[in-house]
Amino acid sequence: MKYISILDIIGPIMIGPSSSHTAGAIRMGLFAGKIYGKKPQKVKFKLYNSFAKTGRGHGTDKGILGGILGFDVNDDKIKHSYDYAREAELDYEFEYLEKHDRHPNSADIVFLDENNKEQMKISANSLGGGEVQIYMIDGFLTEIRGDYPVLIMVYKDQKGVISKVSALIQEQGVNIASLNCERKEKHKEAVMTFCLDSVLPDKCIEQIKKLPDIYLVRNIERLEE
Amino acid sequence: MENIVSFSQLLEYSNQHDKRIYQVMQGLEAYMLEKNEDQVRNLTLRNLKTMKSSIEKGLSVSSLSPSGMSGLDAHKLLKRYENSSNLPFNGLLGRIMTYSVAISEENQRMGKIVACPTAGSCGIVPAVIVSYGQEYGFSEEQQVNALITAGATGKIIAQQMHLAGAVAGCQAECGVASAMAASAAVELMRGTNDQIVHAAILALKNVMGLVCDPVAGLVEVPCIKRNGFMAVHAVSASEMALAGVQSVVPPDEVVQAVKQVGVLMSPMLKESSEAGLAATESAKTITREFFKF
Repeated sequence: MKYISILDIIGPIMIGPSSSHTAGAIRMGLFAGKIYGKKPQKVKFKLYNSFAKTGRGHGTDKGILGGILGFDVNDDKIKHSYDYAREAELDYEFEYLEKHDRHPNSADIVFLDENNKEQMKISANSLGGGEVQIYMIDGFLTEIRGDYPVLIMVYKDQKGVISKVSALIQEQGVNIASLNCERKEKHKEAVMTFCLDSVLPDKCIEQIKKLPDIYLVRNIERLEE
Repeated sequence: MENIVSFSQLLEYSNQHDKRIYQVMQGLEAYMLEKNEDQVRNLTLRNLKTMKSSIEKGLSVSSLSPSGMSGLDAHKLLKRYENSSNLPFNGLLGRIMTYSVAISEENQRMGKIVACPTAGSCGIVPAVIVSYGQEYGFSEEQQVNALITAGATGKIIAQQMHLAGAVAGCQAECGVASAMAASAAVELMRGTNDQIVHAAILALKNVMGLVCDPVAGLVEVPCIKRNGFMAVHAVSASEMALAGVQSVVPPDEVVQAVKQVGVLMSPMLKESSEAGLAATESAKTITREFFKF
C-alpha cells in the first residue's frame, strides 16, 4: 500500500472547487499533453457522465484545457484557460456524453492536426482526491498514474524488447514499480508503460530510442502533488 | 521506523517516547518521505500560509456564484461579528464560522485553496487554526504543530477508509475535517495526546451517517454552510475532550463503525445527487435552470 502522508491529507494546494472534477481534470490535461509531447494544434475533449453533467459548475472544462496548456493544479491561470488557449492559438472543442461503460469521471482527449486528422487519443479517469489514471492511449490499454515517473513506449511487437529495455533501465540503477504491456496483434504496434521509482536520465532515453522498431518514447516525471 | 496505522498505535508510541503527536508525526513523515523534519515543517507552513491567503481572498470578495446559490454568506457573517460586543459567538466562534464559509466560497469561485482533506471540506481546519492563532496569539510554530496534528488525525482515518463523499458520504469529508480540526484545537490548548485523539473521535462520531447530496452536483449546497457549522462543531468536541470527556467506544472502533456506515449508505446518497437535498423539487429546478445556458 502506498504511504499516506499528512501532506496528502493537508493538500494539494489547488484551484477549487473539486479535487476530482477540477484538480483531476487539470492533471488529465497536463498528463495527456506530456504524453503527446509536442505543441498541440487542435484538441477535442470528450467529457463523460458526471464530468459532462456537473463539469461546467466545477470548471472541469477550464481545468482540462488549462492542463493541456501546461498549467498545474495550483495555477491561478486555470480560471482564464479560454483566454490563454486563444493566446496560444490552440483550437479546441468540447463534447458532452453519457456512457454507462465509462467511469463516472472520465474523459477522452483527442489531439488533431489542422485537417482534423486524429494524431493521438488518450482516455483517462479521475479517481478522486485529484488522482488520475491514463487508461488508454490510441486504443491500447495502459495503467498509468501520476504518482510515479513513467516511461511510455510504442513499438513493434517482437521478441526481446522488454528485456532490452529493462536492462537499460537496470543499468541506471532505477527500480521498476510496475510494468504493463499491451499489443493489438502479434508483430503489430504495442504499448509498454513502466512506472519507476525515479525518473530516467536523457542518456538512457536516447539508448532506448536507438533500439529497432521503436515508434515513440516518452519519459514523464511524477506529477507534482 | 514503521508506519503508524491506528490511533492506539499513535498514542502508544507517542506516550512511550514522551512526545507530542505532532513530534512523532513529523519524525515519521521525515523518515518516510526521505526529508528532514525542518523540510516537513516548511511544507506544512507553506500550506498554512496558503490557507491564510484563501481566507483573506474569500473575505475580500462577495459575489454570487454562477448557479446563484452561494457567494454572499461570508460577508453577512463578517458584518454581524465585526465590532460586535453582545453576541453569542463573539470573538472566537464568530471568526471561525466566518473564515470557514469564506474559504469555501473562495473554493467555489475557483480560487486557490488547500484541500483539507478534500476541496469540499477545505474551510474547516484552516478556520479553526487561524482563528485560534488570532484570538489567543498562538505563534506560527504552534499553528504548524496544530496543522501537523490535524494531518495525523486525517492520515490515521484515511488509512482505514477512503476520504471521498462518493465512497463514504460527507462523514468522510466534512466529518473527517471536523475531527482533524478538533485535534488541532486540543494541540493548541496544550491538551494531552489522549485528549487530542478523543476530541477527533468525538467530532467524527457525532456526524456519523452524514450524507453527500449536493444540489446540482456542485460543491455549494449544502457544502459551504456545512463548512461553517462543522468548524464550530470541532470546537465543541475539543472542549469536551479538554474537560476530560472521552468516547466510550475506543477511537479505532469508531473509525471502523464510520467506515461500515459508509459502505451501507445508499449510492444515491454518496455524491451522485440522486436523493436527499439534490432530489428536491427546488434542487431540480435550480439544476435545470443552471444547465440550460
